[in-house]
Amino acid sequence: MKRLIFMLPLAGFLLIGAYLAIGLSLDPQKLPSLLEGKPVPEFDLPPIAGRDDAGFSSEDLKGGVSMVNIFGSWCVACRVEHPFLMKIKENDWVPIHGIDWREMDREAGPAWLRRFGDPYTLVGDDPKSKAAIAFGVTGAPETFIVDGAGIVRYKHVGPITQQSWDETLKPLIDQLQQGS
Amino acid sequence: MIYRAFILALISMTMMMPAHAVDPDEILKDPALEARARVVGKELRCLVCQNQSIDDSDADLARDLRVLVRERITQGDSNEEVIDYVVSRYGDFVLLNPPFKFKTYALWFGPWVILVFGMGVIWVFYRRRQTAGNDSEMPVNVLSEREEARIKKLMDEDKS
Amino acid sequence: MIAELGHFALVLAMMVAVVQGVIPMIGAYQNNIPWMRFGNYSAMGQFLLVAISFGCLTHAYVTSDFSVLNVVQNSHSAKPMLYKVSGVWGNHEGSMLLWVLILAIFGAAVAAFGQYLPPALKARALSVQAMIAVGFYLFILLTSNPFERVYPPAADGQDLNPLLQDPGLAIHPPMLYLGYVGFSMAFSFAIAALIEGRVDAAWARWVRPWTLAAWCFLTGGIALGSWWAYYELGWGGFWFWDPVENASFMPWLIGTALLHSCIVVEKRDTMKAWTIFLAILAFSFSLLGTFLVRSGVLTSVHAFATDPERGVFILILLLIVIGGSLALYAWRAPQLRSTGLFQPISREGALLLNNLLMGTAAGVVLLGTLYPLFIDAISNGQDKISVGPPFFNAVFIPLMTPMVVAMAIGPLLPWKRADLGKALKKLWLACALAIVCGLITWTLQSGQSPWGIVGVAIASWLVIGTLTELAGRVHLFKIPVSDSVRRFVNLPRASWGMTLSHLGLAMTVAGVTGAGAWTVERVQSMSPGDSVQVSGYDFRFDGAEQKQGPNYISVEGKFTVTKDGKQITVLYPEKRTYTVRQMPTTEAGIHTLLSGDLYAVIGDSKSDGSYVTRIYFNPLVVWMWIGSIAMMIGGGLSLSDRRFRVGAPTRKSSSQQPQPAE
Repeated sequence: MKRLIFMLPLAGFLLIGAYLAIGLSLDPQKLPSLLEGKPVPEFDLPPIAGRDDAGFSSEDLKGGVSMVNIFGSWCVACRVEHPFLMKIKENDWVPIHGIDWREMDREAGPAWLRRFGDPYTLVGDDPKSKAAIAFGVTGAPETFIVDGAGIVRYKHVGPITQQSWDETLKPLIDQLQQGS
Repeated sequence: MIYRAFILALISMTMMMPAHAVDPDEILKDPALEARARVVGKELRCLVCQNQSIDDSDADLARDLRVLVRERITQGDSNEEVIDYVVSRYGDFVLLNPPFKFKTYALWFGPWVILVFGMGVIWVFYRRRQTAGNDSEMPVNVLSEREEARIKKLMDEDKS
Repeated sequence: MIAELGHFALVLAMMVAVVQGVIPMIGAYQNNIPWMRFGNYSAMGQFLLVAISFGCLTHAYVTSDFSVLNVVQNSHSAKPMLYKVSGVWGNHEGSMLLWVLILAIFGAAVAAFGQYLPPALKARALSVQAMIAVGFYLFILLTSNPFERVYPPAADGQDLNPLLQDPGLAIHPPMLYLGYVGFSMAFSFAIAALIEGRVDAAWARWVRPWTLAAWCFLTGGIALGSWWAYYELGWGGFWFWDPVENASFMPWLIGTALLHSCIVVEKRDTMKAWTIFLAILAFSFSLLGTFLVRSGVLTSVHAFATDPERGVFILILLLIVIGGSLALYAWRAPQLRSTGLFQPISREGALLLNNLLMGTAAGVVLLGTLYPLFIDAISNGQDKISVGPPFFNAVFIPLMTPMVVAMAIGPLLPWKRADLGKALKKLWLACALAIVCGLITWTLQSGQSPWGIVGVAIASWLVIGTLTELAGRVHLFKIPVSDSVRRFVNLPRASWGMTLSHLGLAMTVAGVTGAGAWTVERVQSMSPGDSVQVSGYDFRFDGAEQKQGPNYISVEGKFTVTKDGKQITVLYPEKRTYTVRQMPTTEAGIHTLLSGDLYAVIGDSKSDGSYVTRIYFNPLVVWMWIGSIAMMIGGGLSLSDRRFRVGAPTRKSSSQQPQPAE
């Protein structure tokens, strides 16, 4: 009995060590999306300047598979992903809608799109994070894939790369598009 | 349920530090509502800045969440409802105060377990020591007969 | 050239350490004196080599040698010299070099000043110390080399994080490391004792100075960190239960338990296995802390740039060092025989209670710190929770309260068997004053904080209780005052140390209570000429102006503080922007009074020319710092006690008065 007690510290440490080892392979920063499998949250955003749409709301997401992309002119990583979004638009694989998040002045977003290209079908202006919070967004860029029934199917954190497109996003979009 | 209330009471008593990054123009006019907003704010974690509450953080997202909290409180949501809304968006991670669910039982009961375990170990060793002390193999204060005789002999020698 | 010299010196140091890990250990086994003595020389040699290496890196920083990658990443030519130097350890690679330097310092110190240590124990301990060092040398040389060059050399550096460009934070890491890493010595002695199979009073006496030294520095390091957070982060917070803060606090809790436990081993020849375990545990927590901070496993404001590859290396190091030592413990500790018996109510019992509560506190902090990882791992990344200050405060405070109460009673209990009632009777004054202070607080306070009342009460209980014990020792009021004074002066330094340290803790508790429970904050926009009232003080905003610093620009505000018309002080808070990294920092304007701090922060300006300002009154904050210094001085006093310098406890000096056990 006494022997056993002396072995407890070692046992306890090995247990903790195992968890630490597992922990090394995880990323504590990555938050899972709670929205996957749930309907798109309600939102209604006004348009940004210089475009001819009437804004962007959750209603617009019904009726076909689409991607919702959170971006901002202040966001460096969005710049990195931008050419790829243009490529998606040119090939017409799936409509992309944009949420222009936390712009300080109303001209910043439109100027950025004019300068680098506009891949979006609809764009909503979200200076107060209303829609962003509704989506559970913590940083930009983040992209959501929404199916025809308005259910959120996937959340992609960070810039979209060729690899993530080929391996995860495109297959999912194809599958959803065939289904609807 | 009672346990949770007890913990919340403990927490509310210890958590007296005021909010730190709240801007003057965010503060609600009604002090009672503002006080509630502060209580809720203390429980929500700023998601982009590690280990600070939204009240303490300077980040933009934190500010927007503070505004959201105040809006919802003004619109009539209870504290629980506001927290539940944010949790529904961001998950349990956003709670600075871990929830009292099955998965966190180990966390909330843990301290007691550790304390009781420590006391148990002490008890085991103490009893062991006491019983060993009571019937130890070497009774140091009792001389054997031979030793008694030897001492007597030595003392007799000494006297003569 | 200098950088290569530094690199080479480090490699040599590692080779010396490898040899040091083997020869003295074999020497002790074979009772071979020269081989055992070898440990002393190699420890000195190791220290010299690491010092050279560290000096080379410092040289690179001081001369702003931008061909060294580490300097480029963390320094800038316009940085003030103090921060060029502190930048050496303000990053991962450099701080690891500081780690091994301190490891080597402690080894060399034992080699040089440990004349009275039995050769075998000393040799084994130095060997273990060297083995640990080898692990860290490998870590640095393989994954975190500060001497890497960059080609072509950069024109200038990326500057040190502005938050670190601060005197308090410059000295914080060295102090912390002297603490953390200092516990490695107690660890090495513990392993040596386990290998020998023997722990006795002499061992405890020899280990105590090293543990005390480490503990003193760790206390200072933690206090410095808190102090820095208080004046730098801009809202008077000083402790956030952040994983990295916890990583330094856990070794402190265990270290305190170890210090007290050593006393029992020394005086009463019991609790040996437990004390050895604590010595292993203290350093283990230090290692665990190193892992947590540098591996990216937990989210924290403090974490260094994370790199899983480094994390894997440290984890393996942990497994070998901690796993190995605990395995050795499981095998050999049951053989340690204790002879002392004691009743639950006795001084041993009180010290055991201290150990129980400190150990539980450390366990609880560990639980809270690692729990998010546990949930993350179980759910395979799907579920994340966070454990923040509410949890830690809720469990830590109820644990520490009984301990503070017991701290006044413990020193009054004799060894082996005590009469609790008798001791409690002596504390009547402490009890009365505690109640009185509590009542006064209850009527005075506007914040209705029950824990605030408890905090003040137990702090006053501890102060009077500790002084009561001291008074008893010098027979105050029972013999002529001059005799009492003489007794006081002749008391062993260790008992002054205990008294001062316990008083220090009481002051810290008072400070934490005040700052935690009754801080008053006012946030508003102010234009020049506006005034704000906080806690009876009037803060008048006199405007703000732009200023230029060596590597920053700032907006400096001016606040005139008066009370009842009399001017108390003028505060100059700043909001700085460091030009290279484009990072803002706030420098609060603070005026310290014994009753509390007047604290002003200037924020952003608004379009109408007014500024967002935050004014605070933080009660009793200064007592936290005074208390920490008191604890450190107390530890230092104990350290300087003559008996430690002599070494082995002597029983034959009958000329000495029987000293009361401290």
